[in-house]
Amino acid sequence: MTTLRRLARAAALGVSAAILVLGLAGGAAEAQQKTLKIGVLGVMSGPAASWGLVNRYCAEAAAQMINEQGGWKIGGEKYKIEIIAIDDRNDPKVSVAGAERLVYQEGVKYIIGPNVDTTAAAIVPVIEKAGAINIPYAFSKRLYSPPRSNSILGMIASYQAGPVIYKYLMENKGVKSVSFIARNASDPLNQRDEGVDAAKRLGLKILSSEDTYEPGTTDFFPVMSRVVRQNPDLIVLSGVAPSDAPLLIRAARELGYQGLLSTETAQDAKILSEVAGDLANGFISVGGASTPAIRSKTMEAFVDRYVKVAGEWNDEAGTKVYALEMILNTLKDAGPKALEDVAEFKKAIPAFQMRNPFLKEEKTLKYVGSAYFGQPRQIGVPMVVNVFKDGDFETLFVGSVEG
Amino acid sequence: MEQVVINGLILGMNYALIALGLTLIFALMGVLNFAHGQLYVLGGFVTYYLYGVMGLPFVLALVATAVTLAAVGIVMERALFRRVLRISSREESSMLLAAGTALLLESSILIVFGEKQRGVPPVMTGVYEVFGAYVPAGRAFVFAASALLVAGFILFMQYTRPGRALRALAQDREAALLQGVNVKRYAMIGFAIGSALAGLSGALLVTVFAVNSGLGTPISIKAFIMIMIGGAGVVSGAIFGAFVLGFVEAFGYFFIPGSITYLLIFIGLIVFLSLRPQGIMGKPWG
Repeated sequence: MTTLRRLARAAALGVSAAILVLGLAGGAAEAQQKTLKIGVLGVMSGPAASWGLVNRYCAEAAAQMINEQGGWKIGGEKYKIEIIAIDDRNDPKVSVAGAERLVYQEGVKYIIGPNVDTTAAAIVPVIEKAGAINIPYAFSKRLYSPPRSNSILGMIASYQAGPVIYKYLMENKGVKSVSFIARNASDPLNQRDEGVDAAKRLGLKILSSEDTYEPGTTDFFPVMSRVVRQNPDLIVLSGVAPSDAPLLIRAARELGYQGLLSTETAQDAKILSEVAGDLANGFISVGGASTPAIRSKTMEAFVDRYVKVAGEWNDEAGTKVYALEMILNTLKDAGPKALEDVAEFKKAIPAFQMRNPFLKEEKTLKYVGSAYFGQPRQIGVPMVVNVFKDGDFETLFVGSVEG
Repeated sequence: MEQVVINGLILGMNYALIALGLTLIFALMGVLNFAHGQLYVLGGFVTYYLYGVMGLPFVLALVATAVTLAAVGIVMERALFRRVLRISSREESSMLLAAGTALLLESSILIVFGEKQRGVPPVMTGVYEVFGAYVPAGRAFVFAASALLVAGFILFMQYTRPGRALRALAQDREAALLQGVNVKRYAMIGFAIGSALAGLSGALLVTVFAVNSGLGTPISIKAFIMIMIGGAGVVSGAIFGAFVLGFVEAFGYFFIPGSITYLLIFIGLIVFLSLRPQGIMGKPWG
């Protein structure tokens, strides 16, 4: 009996020791894999929630895919990607607090966001002082021009897409006159002013540009009545949010407007289809940079993962998928030093280039924007111009910032 | 000009339905329900799922939305406001609670329904031309349905027993209690009706304006402007305020640039409230 007890005790001790050893070994294996923290800072609640949430879902979906493959290799070591997302509620004060938390508390060096000029400008001192890099979706040129050098524009700016679209419409649709309408907020108003300048330079006749609507407007009949009365060949919805675009289009069409409508911001086909239906046919917008016609298999796999993370696809994600991809690939080029010292990252920017993994055709992906900012501080996402037709976007043409 | 008048009429009627629920809850309980806009949004999303996604007949979706929002109102009143109003005599307690409830609802709606704008198939299609103005059939339908609901609400308050009890409660809580009105029960019914009205306006307007999770606060702000113009707690005042705001918006947006319109509305409101803080139809003593 005693022998049996001893045996049992010895077996129990052996099992416990084995569990302990295995546990320690597993722990050690886990501890060996380092983590690379990437911040996502942007508006994730309120009327513009979709802008920041798309950034977050893109980063989370891409990080999941990378982690499942064992992590991201930088300088011979694989890093697990951890996404830390903070909602700035589109408020500069909250954005500054969020940026401080990311860089000082979490030790983050690379941040995706924020989404608008006011929040992006507010965090510049924090980013520069802490020695971090961020990829905003705000268009103000000052963010990306010297002496600033820590921010990289993540998409096509309205002043880059606008002239291309207007020129196309002048040459192909005979557009001669244009009216602008914008939300009464700093970003859309800036975009309207830049659009008006570009249209003037191209020789378009500006019929009206002072019409604006308040954030949170639902009934666009009153404001659109005035715009439609001008009967322009083209109505430009400057900096329009995906939630407002279908309502503006619907109001214009129901008021009898027969001309063209366009915007320089990315829109969502499902929202257009649900809210404006066939009335949105012919609406021209800058697309998410990966419409079905130009997607690679990598992009298709990302779309599937994005749907699992966010519930459904959002065309904007086709542009925002580029941010994390560019950060990680530039880090790979710059080497492990860049994980702590963004000066190394910045040094790698001018020479960095890779094959665009999201496009079916072989295209180079690099940093661009020197013509606008005096230095390459923009991700060279393709400029996809779409037209909405029967519930989906069709690619009208694909251009680039560099012409 | 015809278009501007029609725009003002339709806008005013839509706003009236939104403002009624808010003013009812204020009249009955003295609560400024900051979550009113979020209840509107919730109504829009419930209808989106019932009518837009599940394909239920619109009238059925409308009824189900009203019932759902009434239930939400009952929960809010019983679980939150009743207790706070009982244990605290300070007005700011209920105001802070309402503001907190608004944030809670907005975040919950964002988590449950997502960040995207949602729209439903139109209940009616086509565009009418009335006196030279364009009136889409969908907007005409919403106008008529809103008018019917507003009329139904007024008749209910005027000629039914619960309506009379609610009015008595709004006019003098102590006297209503002495007359045998079950104050707790009717406060709950009032909150339920107010919430159902917010939900119904969301349900009707989702057919023409769509809905998104961030719409609540702007809707609440407009509803507050309306009841401040008309007089908080006065049903006719809410309707009057709604039409004033509807027409000012319609004329303002048409004749002056948009950014100036709301600036003028707010300046006008400040001047107006400094002269008549109780609103057009409100009483200075409350």
